[in-house]
Amino acid sequence: MQKDKSYIDTSKTVIDIRGLYKSFGDLHVLRGVDLKVFKGENVVVLGRSGTGKSVLIKIISGLLMPDKGKVNVLGRDVDQLDRKQLMELRLKIGFSFQNSALYDSMTIRENLEFPLVRHVKNLSRAEVNKEVESVLEAVGLLQTINQMPSELSGGQRKRIGIARTLILKPEIMLYDEPTAGLDPITSIEINELINEVQERYHTSSIIITHDLTCAKITGDRIAMLFDGQFLRVGTFEEVFDTDEERVRSFYDYNFTE
Amino acid sequence: MSRPYVISKKADSFFYSIYDAILFIGRFFKEAVQPPYEFQEIVRQCYEIGYRSLPLISLTGFITGIVFTKQSRPSLIEFGAASWLPSLVAIAIVRALAPLITALISAGRVGSSIGAELGSMRVTEQIDAMEVSAVNPFKFLVVSRVLATTITIPILMLYCALVGMLGAFLNVSQNEETNFVAFWESAFDQITFLDVWASVIKAIVFGFTIGIVGCYKGYYANKGTEGVGKAANSSVVLSMFLIFIEEVIIVQIANSIRGY
Repeated sequence: MQKDKSYIDTSKTVIDIRGLYKSFGDLHVLRGVDLKVFKGENVVVLGRSGTGKSVLIKIISGLLMPDKGKVNVLGRDVDQLDRKQLMELRLKIGFSFQNSALYDSMTIRENLEFPLVRHVKNLSRAEVNKEVESVLEAVGLLQTINQMPSELSGGQRKRIGIARTLILKPEIMLYDEPTAGLDPITSIEINELINEVQERYHTSSIIITHDLTCAKITGDRIAMLFDGQFLRVGTFEEVFDTDEERVRSFYDYNFTE
Repeated sequence: MSRPYVISKKADSFFYSIYDAILFIGRFFKEAVQPPYEFQEIVRQCYEIGYRSLPLISLTGFITGIVFTKQSRPSLIEFGAASWLPSLVAIAIVRALAPLITALISAGRVGSSIGAELGSMRVTEQIDAMEVSAVNPFKFLVVSRVLATTITIPILMLYCALVGMLGAFLNVSQNEETNFVAFWESAFDQITFLDVWASVIKAIVFGFTIGIVGCYKGYYANKGTEGVGKAANSSVVLSMFLIFIEEVIIVQIANSIRGY
């Protein structure tokens, strides 16, 4: 099914990364990364495991700081912000973790309420319940509201993780390996959910994955990360219409026998 | 390129960890006084740490009271001083045994659980999830737990002393003609306000130590499930070690105030 791209506004850049470097000791993970994400756009960052894909979105959300380069998110340089400003920026960023990172000592309702009651003041109990139920309905899991995270399947946990970020109505969504460890049917459901989130909430997203099906379904543009740099950036067809060996081998592994 | 060391790899990492711990404690005091306050979480932690420790503290305090009385009796009889038994037991329990037993049990039960819980939250990215949802995880997880241990352990200590004295009374009343009021008067004849306050202060220091060590070890846990185990284990070992050092220091200070 062809994606509706009418809500992508290429005149507005929400994430602008220039000359980004990041190392851990002697391990040079990112070596001069440049990337722009436009308003309403889903950009998939593809690459092998351990190539620094997750490091990239951790820098965007301010969990890690860059060694060199500029990361501008919604008009603000992440490395120039003090703690208060960073917290304010994070309210506009949703982060879906690879292993969902649900608070396992809380019920699903408490997981979802947790950021809401701390950031939106003077909400009545009824309003909190309404918001929680609304996002749970959006991810199709209203029935799990009183369950504990340990009672849910992997796919359900991913959906709840996404719901928890949606409750603050973010402008940017960062997905870290959204389909990792899921069966093909559940993976398709998660991919569709990512597109639904884009359509319904008009979010701009970076999706970190090594799953080409996920990239093809969710990505408006694909950026292939190799050896700490983007090798190719473009639509799915543009990126894979090449004889470059590293890109071909990635494609062939996923789509040919 | 390998990093040059100031002294040696082990010595450097030891001093770095002390520096980190000092920063961690400094951050605790800073965050503890700054709003917003997580009152609900503090109360929940007081319940988890305090109320749920009651059965273990009751049993240990009671048995300690009985055993200490049983063991002291023959020596006092030998010196013709059996009537001093309630005072001796009271001094031992109030000044030393109750704070130490409460602290060591709490280090094992509470310290390990804080270390493991926070360690597990760290390795499963739950702490990062709080951070990116613009919630201060230090305030929610660390400040609430350290305050809870600092508040509840002195209360548990007083309770432990009471239960220990009850055990001592049961043992004394089995062997001698006495009643509860006479035992109580005799027991507290030698106990001063300084004794009680020194023990309460000791328990506050022990409570803070258990909380801060458990949180520090858990908050900076790494290396997956192995890291969680290490955090739990080192929380207990380090807090017990520090408790003994603090015990010696506080006893010295209390004794110098008493003029011994």
